[in-house]
Amino acid sequence: MDKLTRQQQTRHLFARAAFGATPAELEEASRKPLRKVVRQLLKDSETTAELRVVEPEENQTRKQLKGLVRDGQLEKDRVKKLIRDNAEKVRNLNLLWIDRMATGNGALREKMALFWHGHFACRAQGRNPLFTQQYANTLRQNALGKFSDLLMAVSKEPAMLQFLNNQQNRKNAPNENFAREVMELFTLGRGNYSEHDIKEAARAFTGWQFTPEGQFVFRERVHDEDEKTIFGKTGSFKGEDVIAMLLENRQTARFVTAKVYRFFVNENEDKKRVDELADQFYKSGYDITDLMERILSADWFYDSKNIGAHIKSPVELLVGLRHTLGVRFDQPQPQIFVQRTLGQLLFYPPNVAGWPGGKNWIDSSSLLFRMQLPSYVLKAADVLVRPKEDGDVNIQLLARKGNAKFRTTVDWADFEKTFANTPDARLTDALAVTLLPFPLRPDQRTILESQLKPGQTPSERIRTLTAAIMSLPDYQLT
Amino acid sequence: MLIPHFLKAYESQMLGKGPVSTGKILVVVQLSGGNDGLNTVIPYRNDIYYRERPTIAIRPEKVLQLNDEIGLHPAMEPLKALYDDGLLTVINNVGYPNPDRSHFRSMDIWQTASDSNKYVNTGWVGRYLDAACAGKAQQPYRTIEVDDTLSLAMKGSELNGLAVLEPKKLYNQTRSSLITGLSKVNRTGHDAHQPESVAYLYKTLAATVSSADYVYEKVNRTSQPISPVPAGTILAAYPSNELGNRLKTVAQLIQAGVDTSVYYVSISGFDTHINQPGQQERLLGQYAEAVGAFMTDLKTAGRQNDVLMMTFSEFGRRVKQNASNGTDHGTANNVFLIGGGLPARRVLNEAPDLTKLTDGDLTYSVDFRQIYATLLHDYLGADDVAILGRKFDGVKIV
Repeated sequence: MDKLTRQQQTRHLFARAAFGATPAELEEASRKPLRKVVRQLLKDSETTAELRVVEPEENQTRKQLKGLVRDGQLEKDRVKKLIRDNAEKVRNLNLLWIDRMATGNGALREKMALFWHGHFACRAQGRNPLFTQQYANTLRQNALGKFSDLLMAVSKEPAMLQFLNNQQNRKNAPNENFAREVMELFTLGRGNYSEHDIKEAARAFTGWQFTPEGQFVFRERVHDEDEKTIFGKTGSFKGEDVIAMLLENRQTARFVTAKVYRFFVNENEDKKRVDELADQFYKSGYDITDLMERILSADWFYDSKNIGAHIKSPVELLVGLRHTLGVRFDQPQPQIFVQRTLGQLLFYPPNVAGWPGGKNWIDSSSLLFRMQLPSYVLKAADVLVRPKEDGDVNIQLLARKGNAKFRTTVDWADFEKTFANTPDARLTDALAVTLLPFPLRPDQRTILESQLKPGQTPSERIRTLTAAIMSLPDYQLT
Repeated sequence: MLIPHFLKAYESQMLGKGPVSTGKILVVVQLSGGNDGLNTVIPYRNDIYYRERPTIAIRPEKVLQLNDEIGLHPAMEPLKALYDDGLLTVINNVGYPNPDRSHFRSMDIWQTASDSNKYVNTGWVGRYLDAACAGKAQQPYRTIEVDDTLSLAMKGSELNGLAVLEPKKLYNQTRSSLITGLSKVNRTGHDAHQPESVAYLYKTLAATVSSADYVYEKVNRTSQPISPVPAGTILAAYPSNELGNRLKTVAQLIQAGVDTSVYYVSISGFDTHINQPGQQERLLGQYAEAVGAFMTDLKTAGRQNDVLMMTFSEFGRRVKQNASNGTDHGTANNVFLIGGGLPARRVLNEAPDLTKLTDGDLTYSVDFRQIYATLLHDYLGADDVAILGRKFDGVKIV
């Protein structure tokens, strides 16, 4: 597998820059020059349609609800119901985003936003669907814009300020959590700042707060106006000044580019390439589209060592499967179940460091579940597995009956069209080429074809083989 | 030169690299949700306790006294019996610096044994497994979590433990022609044309299928009645709740002679913000009954000194009760050690000092990693410093 075919290259591009491609999409794109396909992917992602499950004016936070109860304006039972409704809206937001990813419109933007969700990891708190919705849309709107805008916008999101305790960061009583994570995880990375820088930056971020309606506010009376010394510079800095200093530091470009490279290209960083890319990223004024176009158009992106080197995250796996086969869930809940069981529930990353990814996704039980997922989705097979209760009430509210009842509609007709004229003898390989990063080996082919039953119609053969191919360990890779 | 696996293992043992197995077994029981330690081990002579908890405190006459300061929740009779038998050790005030009050984060910290401002992707049991299998055959079943999914605690950097809720169920899951067939596809070797992720997946699959097979076969063989009281017979009556079922599975696996050094089990529901008394009573009752049955089983088999159970929760709860007859998230908590041949009958350290609180919470005096270090080093004979990343002073339990 030294030289990739055009189809393999195109497949790789869609696998990384989107959530895979349907056979028809692959066929069409394979006829065009790669660079053109890259530009088309970017063009398709130019606009963002907001995710909306809650209107700002109808949103009521948990705290407000509790206040209403105290004042005798609401009955307790009604509050319980409203809190449940709020949790339900976070669930709906999750499902709506999964739908957007799976339809394929603006797939690069959604993929990029998923990356930023892991980078600017923020857990939904207090079941406030409005904050989570705003946070998600900020990631999506800025996903392919300037990193500088994204960093500033997401740092000012109420969801983030709340998650990182900046509401408690006040003059004379600083809370360093926000300042620390902004440096350690969002911009510079460990070892590129001192504890003193964090202490001082925390003071600069005092006063960065938000209203219950989800508006960022700068509260002057809790802001520490005195001089701070950060990265050797002294002044009466505010939060915006710290962000500007972080962006001025080339290490931020290096840190972010390396993370993009590990996510989109290869977990094993190529230091020289990342340095070059980071340099251009910095020079471009942190232009994310420019960075992505450089990566996706580079010859080395299609090196065979990068093919199949990425282990799909649970969301990538689920969305990819849906997109490729045009799967619709009659009842959406199993998609939450899959995310929970496999350890990637949107809006609930494990901590501010995001999902660790790579091999961390795979252990004996998650691999078995992944291999059985196609049977659940395509054949409504019985699910016997149950995810853990982790003690987080917010997540318990997302779990509910019908968790593991997979009932789906698959657009087989569209999928099968591409293979209408494929002779039986070549069918297994033809399917594998569109679904897997590597060509099949003979022993794999034998196992797959042993799943076929005598007397199956051509259409049945395609379905049986597709489900089997999607159960291969290789399908976990892209 | 190719060296067979068993020779490699032999060599590293000779060089003193691999830890020397002590034949001891550790069972970790995790109470998820933040169990209220102050209503579990009750300072029944402390006025502050009764003042701060006017409606949820356990009355002194109901407390199952351990000494003249503290006693157990009345729902925990079977645990009191274990104490009287010399099998229970209580460690008070266990926590860590800069505590985090989020469930998820604090559980992460306990499971990874990291500092509270660091993010680590491997768990302490997983790293124990890495060390135990270093240079030897990969045996995920050396550490087993009795559950459908695997906790972070069980994930190492080289190897992950095995999640087995029921041996038969896992075995059946690996029996489809597709999965058994693929587990034999030889893709585990080095292949310059393929990324290492391929080998990793196929290795994991092969290890899963063979582990499921091994565990199932072991249990199956011993559960065949061969004499009036065969070794694998479960004599104790386990309560028919989740923890009871899971500990019963652990007992089965131990008695079947499965080569596992660490078992991990969890039970959830301890997040008692509202109407705590009934809920906690039910959960502690389930816990005590299940643990009582488990220890009875081990005693019958004469194994109570080879098996040590540790129970913890990700945090304790605030000293002052809240307005909903419950308690909110706190920090330091107690840890139970049961069995393992520890010196009989004691409370290891001072009861919580309710006059010296930190932000309204108990102040920790024992870092939980000191307990891990002791269990790893003194009990399992493992390299605690390598596994925990640095040296923690042990606690004097042995």
